[in-house]
Amino acid sequence: MTENKKGRYGPYGGRYSGETLMHALFELEKSYREAHADPAFREEYARLLREYAGRPSLLYHAQRMSLDIGTTVYLKREDLNHTGAHKINNVLGQALLAVRMGKKRLIAETGAGQHGVATATAAAYFGLECDVFMGKEDMIRQSLNVYRMELLGATVHEVTDGTATLKDATSEALREWSRRIDDTFYVIGSVVGPHPYPEIVRDFQRVIGDEIRAEMLEKHGRLPSVLIACVGGGSNAMGTFYPFIGDASVRLLAAEAGGEGVGSGRHAASVTAGSTGVFHGMKSLFLQDDEGQITPVYSISAGMDYPGIGPEHAYLHDTGRARYYPVTDQEAIDAFEYLSRMEGIIPAIESAHAVALLTKLRSEFTPDDFVVVTLSGRGDKDVEAIGRYRGKIN
Amino acid sequence: MRKDNIIDTTFKKLRAEGKKAFIPFVTAGDPDIETTYRIAKEMIQNGANLIEFGVPYSDPSMDGPVIMRADKRAMDSGTRLRDIFDLVGKLSVEYPETPFLLLLYFNSIFVYGVERFFDAAEKAGICGLIVPDLPLEERAEAQPCADAHGIYLISMVTPTSEERAEQIATSATGFLYCVTSLGVTGARKSYATSFAEYFSKLDSFSDIPKCAGFGISDPEQKRKIEQYCDGTIVGSAIVRKVEQGIEAGLNSEEIARSVGAFVRGFTGGKSNDPSVL
Ligand SMILES: Cc1ncc(COP(=O)(O)O)c(C=O)c1O
Repeated sequence: MTENKKGRYGPYGGRYSGETLMHALFELEKSYREAHADPAFREEYARLLREYAGRPSLLYHAQRMSLDIGTTVYLKREDLNHTGAHKINNVLGQALLAVRMGKKRLIAETGAGQHGVATATAAAYFGLECDVFMGKEDMIRQSLNVYRMELLGATVHEVTDGTATLKDATSEALREWSRRIDDTFYVIGSVVGPHPYPEIVRDFQRVIGDEIRAEMLEKHGRLPSVLIACVGGGSNAMGTFYPFIGDASVRLLAAEAGGEGVGSGRHAASVTAGSTGVFHGMKSLFLQDDEGQITPVYSISAGMDYPGIGPEHAYLHDTGRARYYPVTDQEAIDAFEYLSRMEGIIPAIESAHAVALLTKLRSEFTPDDFVVVTLSGRGDKDVEAIGRYRGKIN
Repeated sequence: MRKDNIIDTTFKKLRAEGKKAFIPFVTAGDPDIETTYRIAKEMIQNGANLIEFGVPYSDPSMDGPVIMRADKRAMDSGTRLRDIFDLVGKLSVEYPETPFLLLLYFNSIFVYGVERFFDAAEKAGICGLIVPDLPLEERAEAQPCADAHGIYLISMVTPTSEERAEQIATSATGFLYCVTSLGVTGARKSYATSFAEYFSKLDSFSDIPKCAGFGISDPEQKRKIEQYCDGTIVGSAIVRKVEQGIEAGLNSEEIARSVGAFVRGFTGGKSNDPSVL
């Protein structure tokens, strides 16, 4: 465990929250610890993952890519989960906790819409009310997911403040939680926010890494050499990396949103270009100016278009345990098409950033390496936007 | 020995006179820092006892739409911390007996540099800071610096503080900012909280002055609430007044005067600052 009692990861993390939410955060932590220690809760969570989300997800040997890149590539297929992304792992855990705490309503922020869809899905499963906050920009970019949420019975609230993207949706979800706290559970979608959220989300996502580890050991008698994942807030990457943090032989590589290039000023590369700050309840790395004003960020990927990163990632970066690389929109689009053609798998544009990092760093890998790329989600939601970008769809 | 914090002397005096504090809030730099200066003078001349300036923030996640819009206007006019320190520096010389406070998100302090911030704040004559996202558990990061510079960190307590209320009340300095409703800043029609119950519980913990804030928007609400406590804080309603002035195309002086008149509606208009003639 890298966090201590107060939810610190080195200097990062903490609980920088308004007083209105503090009691609720302590209550959440207490309920979570009790649930975590309760075998019945853990069994029910495992059952949901198995019987509802369809886990374990495949660890797929990508043979044509392996040949092309000159190493052994495996894809951890989170795109095959119910609702099409890793987000469901976390949401089922938090929703189960919400029910245990007697909450009647789930609220969530969403960027790409995958977390919103997962939350709306869990709300339908458990018969809870659901309100999702989404930036206006993202509702346009990811309109398919807006309708999916509505089909699932959720109400989607358009957020027009600021850049009308994920950070603004997160602020609005926090506001809504403090307006109506008694019966409402805030389901955070990534390893961000005030303690205990980064820890809870990571614990519910570590199933990704745990499954990779178990399958690698069982089938190959060894650990992977390299793990690659994309980072928005960092939940699929944290879930992938966490069980391997103590294994020095396993390289941990993360792709962050390079947008139009870090030099262009239009990107969301919080590790590469950010500095330490306090925002959305946590101390971490953020893109901000010299007076701590959050700067507008940009990425083609709505799920990675966020000016910060989870605190545990900031710590993994500081300690050098994980490395973070910006991947541009163009590189991600190329990887989106590459994976589609090479393996017949259309990835989410977020996940395409991870695939792009693999191809970018190909010279560093040998045929003996086992490189596992986490494919955090499927690409249906992005097909139209990429088609338009390529001039194939009007 | 450092001289007393004038927040204490202000409340001592008010209590001795059997009066309640009126604390208006305005966003610094909305629509520009010169107007804020004029507004502050008007507020003092019309009976404000303490003045709270909001430091504009790019992403005010604990504020409602009125203050969000004000922050945006203030940022668009290029307001920087230096301007706000200069503003208070000027006012604290003109009104040495009026306490000036800043309300700001912790990131504004942290990124500026905690030591550097408190140094500048003390030089400007700032008496207290309200940092809504710096709860007791994270205070250690700023408290030693605040103490060294004689600046109070004003604590907030809310109806949801539950068992935390006692520790918050007993450790509070200056006054206790008592949030009287759930949610974010902004005007409200009614309150779910029973004031009598809320404040008598807080009184049982500590006799520190208690001021009620969040959602007080008219003089009648103010009068109703202040029976139970030592003063009231009015924010969004004043910021909205500024906004209405801007929308009506008023100039800087006219906006300030309209805010002054609005404040007079709450206070009855008598200034408590002896430097006001
Ligand atoms: C498919 C997919 N991958 C990745 C992300 C980024 O989130 P995180 O970094 O928390 O995994 C998102 C967020 O919306 C997503 O939908």
